[in-house]
Amino acid sequence: MAKKHSVKVVMDSEGIDRCLTRIAYEILEKNKGMDGLVIVGIRTGGIYLAQRLQKKISAIEGREIPMGILDITLYRDDIAKATQKPSPGKTQIPFDLTEKKVVLVDDVLFTGRTIRAAMDALIDFGRPKMIQLAVLIDRGHRELPIRADYVGKNLPSSLWEAVSVNLMEKNGKDEVTIEEDH
Amino acid sequence: MTKLTKKDILGMADLTVDEIHLILETAESFLEISTRDIKKVPTLRGKSIINLFYEASTRTRTSFEIAGKRLSADTINISASTSSVVKGETLIDTARNLEAMNPDIIVLRHSAAGAPHLLAGLVRQSIINAGDGAHEHPSQALLDMMTIREKKGRIAGLKIALVGDIQHSRVARSNIYGLNKMGARVVVAGPATMMPRDIEKMGVEAFTRIEDAIVDADVVMMLRIQLERQKQNLFPSLREYAQRYCLNRTNFKLAKSDAIVMHPGPINRGVEISPDIADDSGFSVILDQVANGVAVRMALLYLLSGGNE
Amino acid sequence: MNLLLKGGRILDPSRNIDGVMDLLVKNGTIAACGPDLQAPPETQTLDVGGLIVSPGLIDMHVHLREPGQEYKETVATGAAAAVAGGFTAVACMPNTLPVNDTRSITEFILRRAGEAGLARIYPIAAVSLGQEGRQMTEFADLKDAGAVALSDDGKPVMDAALMRRTLEYAESLGLTVIQHCEDLSLSAGGLMHEGYYSTILGMRGIPAIAEDIIANRDILIAEYSGTRIHIAHVSTAGAVRILREAKKRGVRVTAETAPHYFTLTDESLTGYNTAFKVNPPLRTAEDVAAIKEGLADGTLDVIACDHAPHARTDKEVEFEYASNGISGLETSLGLSLKLIEDGVLSWPDLIAKMSLNPARILNLPSASLAPGACADITVIDPNRPWTVDLKAFRSRGKNSPFGGCALPGRAVLTIVGGEIKYNGLASQ
Repeated sequence: MAKKHSVKVVMDSEGIDRCLTRIAYEILEKNKGMDGLVIVGIRTGGIYLAQRLQKKISAIEGREIPMGILDITLYRDDIAKATQKPSPGKTQIPFDLTEKKVVLVDDVLFTGRTIRAAMDALIDFGRPKMIQLAVLIDRGHRELPIRADYVGKNLPSSLWEAVSVNLMEKNGKDEVTIEEDH
Repeated sequence: MTKLTKKDILGMADLTVDEIHLILETAESFLEISTRDIKKVPTLRGKSIINLFYEASTRTRTSFEIAGKRLSADTINISASTSSVVKGETLIDTARNLEAMNPDIIVLRHSAAGAPHLLAGLVRQSIINAGDGAHEHPSQALLDMMTIREKKGRIAGLKIALVGDIQHSRVARSNIYGLNKMGARVVVAGPATMMPRDIEKMGVEAFTRIEDAIVDADVVMMLRIQLERQKQNLFPSLREYAQRYCLNRTNFKLAKSDAIVMHPGPINRGVEISPDIADDSGFSVILDQVANGVAVRMALLYLLSGGNE
Repeated sequence: MNLLLKGGRILDPSRNIDGVMDLLVKNGTIAACGPDLQAPPETQTLDVGGLIVSPGLIDMHVHLREPGQEYKETVATGAAAAVAGGFTAVACMPNTLPVNDTRSITEFILRRAGEAGLARIYPIAAVSLGQEGRQMTEFADLKDAGAVALSDDGKPVMDAALMRRTLEYAESLGLTVIQHCEDLSLSAGGLMHEGYYSTILGMRGIPAIAEDIIANRDILIAEYSGTRIHIAHVSTAGAVRILREAKKRGVRVTAETAPHYFTLTDESLTGYNTAFKVNPPLRTAEDVAAIKEGLADGTLDVIACDHAPHARTDKEVEFEYASNGISGLETSLGLSLKLIEDGVLSWPDLIAKMSLNPARILNLPSASLAPGACADITVIDPNRPWTVDLKAFRSRGKNSPFGGCALPGRAVLTIVGGEIKYNGLASQ
């Protein structure tokens, strides 16, 4: 049976940029500036968003906010049983996390399992004062008690829909789409 | 993405170029874990790894043990002496007993070539060959290749010289297989008494003078000489062996100016490598090999685990 | 009971006979051989049209393990394997526990053979006490007890002086001396043929010269002392060449090879399968070609399988610790038939190498289908393809690399002293 696809653009380039600008200000507002604040992007979807947030915050504050990359493959709760092992990427956190306020950045918040793994991984690097979560899209369907502190857009979706965040750095265009599989 | 479909890692002879790439790339991403304060990830929580060592080996066993522990697996070390095995329980019985305890991976070191192949055919667990007689030592070759790639950025096109007791060296055989597959030019040198017959058919050039092998080499890999070989008249004395085959400042000048020096350890200082060469971090990468060894073994354990379905 | 074999192709190398005829057996001896023989009363008539009727096959190199290692084989199970493989007689090596170096062991083996009542068993006694290569055994007493030859088997006589004295003393008694040619100083620790495959497998090699040097040495000793010697299981091109030259200059040397040496090469060892572990080891393709040449031009007189039965526990271990040997009696003929398919040997040549020649070398009676000869007969179906099933072996030793192998034909009737000891005519 042939599948019928319908792809809907839910956020364009300007929309993404506006969201990130707002999140940058929200982060600074909530944390009363950037003292003790660091950004950590989750590989791979969160890296470029973290970089953009880093740029925006640094520009606003006039000095560089530290940024790291976290690979959570080895912390996944399904990894031991996986027959085909995904290739782990490198984690690069070139600063001490102790007593830092960490803003985790990812593209889509879905079941929450990635964030659970990311928090475990972060804690292995030190004891942060606080962990906050920033995501571009929250599509619901949580399987764990996890909630984002900063959300670009809430996008109610069905389980059989695929939400894709395309970014210039990765796919050559900025665009969030939702794809339905009938 | 390539995946590792093999149940066992028995030798470099059986690994494809894609599989070698996958293992090395996985190992490279594991390297960072060992630099953390908390050198442990929960990946293989609940998995059990048995290190079944029929030959004394602090180095390899410790490396596999650390690798397993850094992935949160339970590692169990069993040391058995081969002599008691000949008299008592056979490898097959030992293996069946271990299998009944349901570990996930068995790492086997054995003095008899082919022992891991025997075991692999009998038990459902993954077997990693941690050295079988003079046959293969794949994790050593992989860590050597990882080190070469780290220092030289590539393997293809490099001239790599292996010097010493080729005949009895599983490290040599595994490296010849692996490096040839990755496109290196491999040359070997050692006393004619320790040069196995038809070695050229493995795709290497063979010399009896160390100088002929290391000229223009990018990598010089010195092999360990077992001191008891002297009793078999494979060389007249350590003194003469050292005079002819020890890597020193003089003969090392023949290699490329940016050549690196490797050794699988443990080193007989002044016999295989002069101390000033071994300790010169300008070109000696011997300690990098040890660090990479843990990462490579983590990669092997990671890639092999969980494939029992 | 008398037997009439009708319409078979009678092959009798002792009289250069090769033709379709009938063969009548009366009271345990050959009564007549000719066309259209009539069956006397009380005669069992068997139609053997399309089959080969040969003098009983003889394997002059087997190991029966009794006394001492009955878990591997007994005289009775070995004899059952022999007749199932088409052999009416076998000569068994002295490496039992204890070694067959005294009259009592020789007599014990013969008594066991009589109890089994299957194939004829000819004991080979040890050259030296305990096969230790030091003190000669009592050759004359052993011969009197029934030993047909002398050999220290797998523990070759390394001392040249002992070999010289053995050949001289045995010659005067008409006893054949058989040497397993292996220079132990060159083969020490060796597990397989030394060459490319031992190199890649990381196993200590046994160089071909370990065999060649002792073969050459013993040929020189025999030549010097004017005595006879038989070289066991030749496996190398070098030994074939040395034998060919020795025969050309008139040395009284004979030699045998085993089916695995003209069938398999050292490449088979790449999986560390212990079923392929034999001594001498499997050699290269060039050696295999030389062995076939040696068989074809008569340099190699005999095919003997070096039947070496082992229990699973002897083989299901690390290659290094595994016992050497192949349980060969039940596949020897089938593998040798391939030599005819491949044009290496003619039928009369093959039959001679498996009956007449070993009989002559061991001074055994007959191996002939002439009237008056003892009725030891093997009937062979050359066109009965079968697949080797190790579980079906009569031998206790199921250790063979040929399990699952397709062979072109087999013995279908084994008659010893006029009595049918194996009948596979009906089975498929």
